[in-house]
Amino acid sequence: MTETVETLSCQELVELVTDYLEGALPAYDRARFDAHIEACDGCTRYLAQIRVTIELTGRLTHEQLDPAAEAALLEAFRDWKTE
Amino acid sequence: MEHALQLEEMQLVEALRAGDERAFEQLIRMYQASLVRVAQMYVSSRSVAEEVVQETWLAVVNGIDRFEGRSSLKTWIFRIVANRAKTRGEREGRTIPFSALGSPEPAVEPERFDRGEWASPPDDWPEERLLGEETLQVIEAAIEDLPETQRTVVTLRDLQGWTADEVCNALDLSETNQRVLLHRGRSKVRRALEAYLAEGQ
Repeated sequence: MTETVETLSCQELVELVTDYLEGALPAYDRARFDAHIEACDGCTRYLAQIRVTIELTGRLTHEQLDPAAEAALLEAFRDWKTE
Repeated sequence: MEHALQLEEMQLVEALRAGDERAFEQLIRMYQASLVRVAQMYVSSRSVAEEVVQETWLAVVNGIDRFEGRSSLKTWIFRIVANRAKTRGEREGRTIPFSALGSPEPAVEPERFDRGEWASPPDDWPEERLLGEETLQVIEAAIEDLPETQRTVVTLRDLQGWTADEVCNALDLSETNQRVLLHRGRSKVRRALEAYLAEGQ
């Protein structure tokens, strides 16, 4: 008898995507994840979309510091130094 | 955790010790926005968070001589803000929203599955629209709509490029909770993108 690996459903897989990308899945689950992805177009696309989402989020511009707030902090810095 | 201080960081620390204003300016440009964001997780309002951050900078400037480089400068600064903001929040009687993650939130609407398999699988995303300027606005709005804890984690991880360890450290989160919040946040941003890209198809 061959050893059976319990397969992962698509609905289960989408909940494991972050753990997968974070390298936090135990080896057994990682193998099940990879096996499922290999055979499933929907989940392959889903994983690709999450990767694109992360990549595009990284393109958002960082918040700029308001010049008045920056000036106030630098002013405070000068006071602290003389204390 | 062992940490090898980078040359650039060592120079920054030395400059700060010497009272160099440009070094301080560089630090506030790098971290002010994130410090306020982190502080806000623990206290009741933005103005209180800004006060806590101001105190944090004072503590950084006064304490830089005692900084031993056993962690990165960034980790050290964010430990200070987290500790101060936490104390302040406790005094305000505010409970930290992290401990309770609440009820499960499915990454994808359950009605899109039939007995666990995709009934309506994700479509390919049209590349041209995906790379348009408007897409970034959709993502920004989706992040803005996230619950505060998810928004903070997604912003620090995916927008600011922090590591999981750095986020856990600054927000006093377990690794598991950090991943849960990141997962919920990212899933929702993907859904918002999907909805936007499906418009007019």
